[in-house]
Amino acid sequence: MPLRLIKLGLKGTKDEPRFFPPSKELESHYDVVIIGGGGHGLACAYYLARDHGIRNVAVLEQGYLGGGNTGRNTTIVRSNYLTPEGVKFYDASLRLFQDLSTDLDINLFYSTRGHFTLAHSDDAMRTMRWRAEVNKHYGVDSAVVDRQAVADAVPGIDLECGGSPSVMGALYHAPGAVARHDAVAWGYGRAAAQRGVELHQKTRVTGIQQQGGRVVGVDTDRGSISCGAVVSMVAGSTPRIADMVGLPTPIEVFPLQACVTEPVKPFLNTIVVSGSLHVYVSQSSRGELVMGSAVDPMVLHSTRSTFEFVEGLADHMVDLLPFTARMRVNRQWAGMSDMTPDFAPIMGTTPLDGFYLDAGWGTWGFKATPISGKTMAATVANGVNDELIEPFRYSRFADFQMVAEKGAASVGH
Amino acid sequence: MKHIDCPGIGPRPIVEFIYDGEVRPPAPEDASLEVLADRVFNRSGAPGVLREWWYHRPTGSWYVLERDTVTNEIQRAVDPEEVAYAIPML
Ligand SMILES: Cc1cc2nc3c(=O)[nH]c(=O)nc-3n(C[C@H](O)[C@H](O)[C@H](O)COP(=O)(O)OP(=O)(O)OC[C@H]3O[C@@H](n4cnc5c(N)ncnc54)[C@H](O)[C@@H]3O)c2cc1C
Repeated sequence: MPLRLIKLGLKGTKDEPRFFPPSKELESHYDVVIIGGGGHGLACAYYLARDHGIRNVAVLEQGYLGGGNTGRNTTIVRSNYLTPEGVKFYDASLRLFQDLSTDLDINLFYSTRGHFTLAHSDDAMRTMRWRAEVNKHYGVDSAVVDRQAVADAVPGIDLECGGSPSVMGALYHAPGAVARHDAVAWGYGRAAAQRGVELHQKTRVTGIQQQGGRVVGVDTDRGSISCGAVVSMVAGSTPRIADMVGLPTPIEVFPLQACVTEPVKPFLNTIVVSGSLHVYVSQSSRGELVMGSAVDPMVLHSTRSTFEFVEGLADHMVDLLPFTARMRVNRQWAGMSDMTPDFAPIMGTTPLDGFYLDAGWGTWGFKATPISGKTMAATVANGVNDELIEPFRYSRFADFQMVAEKGAASVGH
Repeated sequence: MKHIDCPGIGPRPIVEFIYDGEVRPPAPEDASLEVLADRVFNRSGAPGVLREWWYHRPTGSWYVLERDTVTNEIQRAVDPEEVAYAIPML
């Protein structure tokens, strides 16, 4: 809108509405308190307000919006999972992602790239075939391709992998995409705020109040508030919040690291993942190679980076893409991944009335941001688990009903 | 923590070790399914000092170490007798 641009140029932007409303005091009561202002928390707030008319909602974030794993991930969005429960859930998320830019009126740089999961053994090929068949059954576009198809799509790849087991073929998933993670959080945050939700940054939850077996409020470092329901959406801080209400969980927190190279000319259109070499790579719209690996070897509540990570990653990356030996790493960072034993999330109601959990997002939860926001909002509004998330319920461990997703989630994100 | 200092072998590079997670006491033989599920799946996930299994590959020995999971400092090696338990008779 060029006229508006000229006006802004002359008048300045000081009268323009800000992206987020200015911070204010906490109210004494909210219908719903969401702990955690990452993508999941902000999406849940948005869908509570938009789909269920629940607007007296506060999102409490100890740091800044999107500063947790939402702002640290490598943004891979895909739905080529292994279990029917997983495929249906992530496919619903991918569909929401596809028109989310329009929905939230913000450019998410959602870019469909195609996604190769390389197989380096007969066993891996068998898993790829299995995944492809499950995917097709649920209408998800996945197919097993041969090594020539990989060579054609990935310039510079060494199919022999420098002496490590060579590439035999791959699972190709055409809808695989990347998106701008910060914008997802900002877009949901702004859209939620426009509908009356309050976003409180630098507000840490320090305790949860219970009365007669249900949640009645939260304590924060800015005072206490009463509320009808609490939704914990804190990823790597989940065990701390669960401890506040005495709920045991199988979650263990492991650092997950990633890094980017200096920017180079666009050459890599697709996302490439190798489970055997423990690496994955895509090229960002700025030209950097975005690279990652599996989680660090031991539990740690820290976002420190290590040299061992870059060393191990580089070792395997030059096996796969030998020319990367000449590239320099620009930045590295880490997030705290809330890992579950079956590589599936833990979502929905808990034994404590009014306390809802959205956790166990490990290394794979960015792609689930829209659907977990939507299904958690429905779950909180109705007080019962949304059908899509019922397989991921908290009680599945006590019932020995795991959702064995490891074959599709361990390095693949 | 680039090296781990264990009794008998002294400080060794961390890459020589395999991490095997938190030490969990076994469920009693007559445990209910609920207790069994808790022992099998649940963990002390919050930050603090954890007792964990570490396997030293070159010497083939197992250690139980107490480690601060925020600072990543190993505080002490636990005497195996402290964590030992009788193997149930079958
Ligand atoms: C390096 C890396 C790469 C990844 N790559 C991918 C990928 O390619 N694809 C994919 O799908 N997923 C990926 N993931 C996983 C994904 O990032 C996460 O699962 C997802 O972002 C979780 O979102 P969230 O909103 O639940 O959590 P977060 O974004 O972590 O938000 C939780 C928020 O809660 C706040 N909080 C915690 N405790 C409190 C408290 N007591 N009071 C108030 N606020 C609190 C935190 O400050 C934080 O901002 C990756 C993760 C990492 C670390």
